[in-house]
Amino acid sequence: MSWGGAYTRSQVEAYYKPFTEATGINIVSVDADNPATPIKAQVEAGNVTVDVADVEFADAVRLCDEGLLEDIDHSILAPGADGSAPEDDFVPGSLVDCFVPTIVYTIAVAFDTTKFDTPPTSIADFFDLENFPGKRSMRRNAKSNLEMALMADGVPADEVYDVLSTPEGVDRAFAKLDTIKADTIWWEAGAQAPQLLADGEVTMAAAFNGRIFSAAIEEGKPFEILWDGQVYETEGYVIPKGAPNVEDALKFIAFASQPQQLADQASWISYGPARKSSGALVGMYQDGKTDMKPHMPTAAENLTNALASDYEFWVDHDAELNERFNAWLSAS
Amino acid sequence: MAQIAANEPPVGLLTAADGAPLRVALARAQSRARRRAFLLVAPLLLFVVVTFVLPIGQLLYRSVWNPGFADHMTNVGAWFDANPPGVEPDEAAFAALAADLLAASEARSAGVVGTRINYDVPGTRSLFTAGARNADELAPPFREALIDLDEQWASPELWTAMRAASSAHTPNFYVAALDRKLDADGSIVRVPETERVYLPLFWRTMFISALIAAICLVLAFPVAHLLATLPLATSNILMVLVLLPFWTSLLVRTTSWIALLQSQGVVNNALVSTGVISDANRIPMMYNQAGTIIAMTHILLPFMILPLYSVMRTIKPTYVRAARSLGASSWTAFRRVYLPQTMPGIGAGVLLVFILAVGYYITPALVGGASGQLFSNMIAFHMQRSLNWSLAAALAAILLGAVLLLYWLYDRLVGIDNMKLG
Repeated sequence: MSWGGAYTRSQVEAYYKPFTEATGINIVSVDADNPATPIKAQVEAGNVTVDVADVEFADAVRLCDEGLLEDIDHSILAPGADGSAPEDDFVPGSLVDCFVPTIVYTIAVAFDTTKFDTPPTSIADFFDLENFPGKRSMRRNAKSNLEMALMADGVPADEVYDVLSTPEGVDRAFAKLDTIKADTIWWEAGAQAPQLLADGEVTMAAAFNGRIFSAAIEEGKPFEILWDGQVYETEGYVIPKGAPNVEDALKFIAFASQPQQLADQASWISYGPARKSSGALVGMYQDGKTDMKPHMPTAAENLTNALASDYEFWVDHDAELNERFNAWLSAS
Repeated sequence: MAQIAANEPPVGLLTAADGAPLRVALARAQSRARRRAFLLVAPLLLFVVVTFVLPIGQLLYRSVWNPGFADHMTNVGAWFDANPPGVEPDEAAFAALAADLLAASEARSAGVVGTRINYDVPGTRSLFTAGARNADELAPPFREALIDLDEQWASPELWTAMRAASSAHTPNFYVAALDRKLDADGSIVRVPETERVYLPLFWRTMFISALIAAICLVLAFPVAHLLATLPLATSNILMVLVLLPFWTSLLVRTTSWIALLQSQGVVNNALVSTGVISDANRIPMMYNQAGTIIAMTHILLPFMILPLYSVMRTIKPTYVRAARSLGASSWTAFRRVYLPQTMPGIGAGVLLVFILAVGYYITPALVGGASGQLFSNMIAFHMQRSLNWSLAAALAAILLGAVLLLYWLYDRLVGIDNMKLG
């Protein structure tokens, strides 16, 4: 079970087809808005129909802690392309009991190159309406917006969550968001952000990098990503507790998480492979002329001022900060 | 029956052909007919119960029932049972807590427990998961050991929340859904102003829905009248124009409105190019309340036109003509003769549009921006994103209760039999 669209397509090409070819095990793909929701429902109802699901890291940890997922033994995972142990090869901290990461995706600021004479260079420029005029767009939730606001306010990436854990830090983040509140259009669905940019409604948008890439490369839009201040997260596979074919599911996860497979997926969508050793294996986009390496959120030059989303912080404070965020939004 | 009865001698009790008293025979025949009728509707009844009543009932039940804490923290639960509210948690309480944390770490249920408490006291989920991780290192005295681990364990607010959660049945989610919370003494207080979401949103939803129903009525009334009075051939063509958008996908219609109304959209561009407004003063019609109202009015308009039309078609034009010939002005004839006859259609249309509007969430999510969000958007949020289904259920129950209340009011004021849905 996955998210549909270009993302599912990339999984079909990089994982499903080669897996069926290698093992003869057929894969039926179903889509959900957020696979974590049906997983929770299915396991609680004791009627699990899905063997493998693709969920966000934070959801995986949450479901795992609630005992809704099968444990995945990390010894089934292939070593890195350079022979390193899987524990060292995956993005630090992302390999946990019930979860094997496959991609790194990010929310980063994208801008329309035709709208600015001097392009923005830092996350602070996103909040600078004077030198970089035009409306902004951000996702309508607290997560990643608060972090970006603090980074724009001068908080170094490695201190963001320390600051955000204090009431003053939260106030500071909201105060920074206040400066662009009147000029921000909030998006709900991932496809809205590139659409708003394309329509000229906004000049800068904090969006999923994969969506911006598709619009820029496939549709030739003049969009560029400002990697400064990106907030990245991993996403990957879990097995719901009580899945009908756990054995096959484990086989599939072991297969799909091989370094080459992860690198292959990048040829279909611009999300970074979750293994370090896959980075060098990333090749051309399916159009055969776009080198995918600089488009990866995990590329070294894109990571200079990047923040790994802290799941522990967000499972603790998601509800509280979103309530505050929603109240902040509706107060005008 | 009457015939059978007629064949009997008219003395004493009336009996049927088989000699049974007529009353009994009649009752028997009627109950047989009722049984047959019930068998006919039984499949539908079963379908409705299985696919509608049961799941909705089950979900609503979640709003008062969340065993996340009670099922896994039995020792602390027992301590709460033995000690009335207000008793300071003593060493026995902390020992029970430590035992529960140890059990939770073995059963991998610390997340469930933490999630449950986190709903009431934000930031405590990791307290429980960390507590469970370190549970095997805890040694008496447990009070000091736990507070050493994290001083939050001593927080009175946490203990109040744990006491409240130690029973699987709880009104807490309704308390939260009404922008209130339990303070350290266990009394219900309002949350700080910066965190009040649900009540303001609830009133906004009611207001916007009523406004949309009113706008729909004003727009639909003349259209329905035209449809009902034109010759059939013409009105059929017009009817197709009403139904075409009705058959078009909701998302297509919503995104078309975005293309039309956004600040770089068709309408604003036309106004700027004709010089009505300047480029700097483009009218914001999208991503705000106006966007929600415009798009939803358009989407819900057919639900107003159709019941109105079906009622108006049955109104004979001769009534108004008679009123006119008796000296009524055209306004009086409309107000006193025509309008009252359309009441069943108006009632049905307004109720239908209002109830549909109250539950809408895709359209406001796409076009509503910050100020055009409705109550259902919060239900969807807790259903899909925060996975706090109990709160989602409580919010949904409040919405359902409000709609049922309005329905009851409508029945009292207008009468539900007086409604014609088409």
